[in-house]
Amino acid sequence: MSSDAKPAPAAGGRAGMKKELPEHFKAYKHVWVFVELEGNEVHPVSWELLGAGRQLADKLGVDLAAVVMAAPGIPARRAVAESFAYGADLAYLVEDPVLQHYRNDPYTKVFTHLVNTYKPEILLLGATTLGRDLAGSVATTLLTGLTADSTELAVDADGSLAATRPTFGGSLLCTIYTLNFRPQMATVRPRVMPMPERQEGRIGRVIEVKADLVEEDIVTKVLSFIPDRNSKTANLTYADIVVAGGLGLQSAENYQHVKNLAKVLCAEYGGSRPLVQKGWIEADRQIGQTGKTIRPKLYIAAGISGAIQHRVGVEGADLIVAINTDKNAQIFDFAHLGVVGDATRILPALTDAFRARFAVNRLAS
Amino acid sequence: MHIVVCMKQVPDSGQIRVHPVTNTIMRQGVPTIINPYDLFALEQALQLRDKLGGTITMLTMGPQMAEDSLRKAMAFGADRAVLLTDRFFAGSDTLATSFALATAIRKVGDTWGKPDIVFTGKQTIDGDTAQVGPGIAKRLDLHQLTYVAKIAEIDLAGRSITVERRAEGGVQVLRTQLPCLITMLEGTNSIRRGSMADTLRAARAEVVKWSAADAGIEDLTKCGLRGSPTVVKRVFAPTAREEKAHLIDTTGLGTDQIAQALMTEVLTRVPAIEGDLQRAAASY
Ligand SMILES: Cc1cc2nc3c(=O)[nH]c(=O)nc-3n(C[C@H](O)[C@H](O)[C@H](O)COP(=O)(O)OP(=O)(O)OC[C@H]3O[C@@H](n4cnc5c(N)ncnc54)[C@H](O)[C@@H]3O)c2cc1C
Ligand SMILES: Nc1ncnc2c1ncn2[C@@H]1O[C@H](COP(=O)(O)O)[C@@H](O)[C@H]1O
Repeated sequence: MSSDAKPAPAAGGRAGMKKELPEHFKAYKHVWVFVELEGNEVHPVSWELLGAGRQLADKLGVDLAAVVMAAPGIPARRAVAESFAYGADLAYLVEDPVLQHYRNDPYTKVFTHLVNTYKPEILLLGATTLGRDLAGSVATTLLTGLTADSTELAVDADGSLAATRPTFGGSLLCTIYTLNFRPQMATVRPRVMPMPERQEGRIGRVIEVKADLVEEDIVTKVLSFIPDRNSKTANLTYADIVVAGGLGLQSAENYQHVKNLAKVLCAEYGGSRPLVQKGWIEADRQIGQTGKTIRPKLYIAAGISGAIQHRVGVEGADLIVAINTDKNAQIFDFAHLGVVGDATRILPALTDAFRARFAVNRLAS
Repeated sequence: MHIVVCMKQVPDSGQIRVHPVTNTIMRQGVPTIINPYDLFALEQALQLRDKLGGTITMLTMGPQMAEDSLRKAMAFGADRAVLLTDRFFAGSDTLATSFALATAIRKVGDTWGKPDIVFTGKQTIDGDTAQVGPGIAKRLDLHQLTYVAKIAEIDLAGRSITVERRAEGGVQVLRTQLPCLITMLEGTNSIRRGSMADTLRAARAEVVKWSAADAGIEDLTKCGLRGSPTVVKRVFAPTAREEKAHLIDTTGLGTDQIAQALMTEVLTRVPAIEGDLQRAAASY
């Protein structure tokens, strides 16, 4: 590549680069998924990644491994067993009291040690606050490439990982390769990949690895952890039904219609980004590229235009229902079901309809 | 106390249009802005300086025109600004970017005193990776604090800092030692209006410009395209869904009838939710 290459944007320019994998990287095989364990629970994104990783491993004819790091104990063992149920062939298990809570330093050390020892070809992590914190450090330590927030993973004819992600504020997608370095790393946001089928009784090989860490050597200390369930933060990401509003609702008062419908449907409520900026809803209820990605069975969008940044966060929903006064609104391009009409009137009517229906059913049962 | 804030000038992506035929970005006339997330970091830095004294150095890697953004940052109150600009940086991915910025921060330290805290935004709106912060921390061996929602305490004498970090499913309260790198969470504050004095100063102040060599970068193969392990092979527009939404025929229907029709259609298409909701209703 000539050094005076034009200041190309992320797009184009490098397409001609050839693959010349250095000899010492050829030993890198297998697909790994980092299993994210915090507060004794595995983040479901890890299972979603095992699902995606399984397909890559099958295509490449290699093993799929889960990487579990935790304090010694039942949650770690359970995570390993569950990893097999979700498709892993083997698991690297590192148990050490120092790994009780996530901290960048010990986790990066252990992870890079594992990579250097066992040499995976592909490394997948969830694009959670934990996964992004860890992935950035690990990739920099290993001096390899990392594709953030991938929405699609595939292997090419020559076996390279092709990671696709949105770019330029979501207006375009780009496919990124890490040609001459290993491992090839990518993060994926929760709910972007479907949850794989859980296979009861599936087992695999466990490789236990020592961490060799001493608490005294670690400068950063966790003073406390305040779980969200003590506060009223939203759990939009994994909700089965989500009702959302946009600027079309015209006022914070009218947003109440969204909450009312959500309540009757036992749903979570959320909205488009401008509502956060206006202060109608909290930041953690924003849906879309810079908010949450959701994959509910039912998504109802009221007064939302359907800009691409919103669309990328909701496309995985089974049924997208849009209510919008403008029959040409973009949202009707990707919604499954739509009503051209005034959301401030239809939402209350819909709330009443559902309430009546379930009241009747309750009497009947 | 010396604080470095890494800030990027980005195209206002809300105004980016994609050419419908060629699928290329139409950049002409797209205004540039300071990456909005970096302003949370800058405001936090300003608040720390208000409380504890010291200086704030802004650092940007980018083209000459990024000088405007740096001047704006000085108008908000930053003390000095460094623009790292060189054709060798063109095409940098996050690994190459963190290499260049980390080397420049070392040089900033040699010139104006070692930083106690390096701030970055949570992420940029164009690169949008949240990787550059951790990359810099690793390269400079700084303690890494990402997604910080609040700085609870700084003890300059004891060199310790306590922060609240947004973690999965909760807030982690972390204590570490200075120097550290903090990536600031959005929504933590909003940028102040610059004072008249700062605005005047910013208009006249010098923006320090460093080439790769000025910043002390010796190995140019670690910069720009050559220093970037990732390769963008293909850029394309998202495909439209084949069929558009099925629109409920509302002719002649009142609002309640529309709602009935919509509900029936929803329950037909996702029968599973009816059972879920009945169970939920029963448990009210
Ligand atoms: C970098 C970047 C990241 C972004 N990230 C996100 C993100 O994560 N999430 C997100 O949502 N946005 C995001 N955006 C913003 C996005 O581009 C849009 O601006 C935003 O989604 C529009 O919100 P809206 O649909 O509520 O408002 P508008 O676009 O103003 O649409 C309002 C809609 O309501 C309709 N309407 C009006 N009155 C009524 C009525 N009475 N009943 C029914 N419908 C009515 C109108 O026809 C219109 O379609 C991002 C933008 C950028 C640049
Ligand atoms: N070219 C750059 N110059 C200065 N700071 C940058 C640059 N690129 C990224 N950063 C910083 O790193 C953060 C994360 O960027 P990113 O990894 O691109 O999402 C940003 O919020 C900035 O603070």
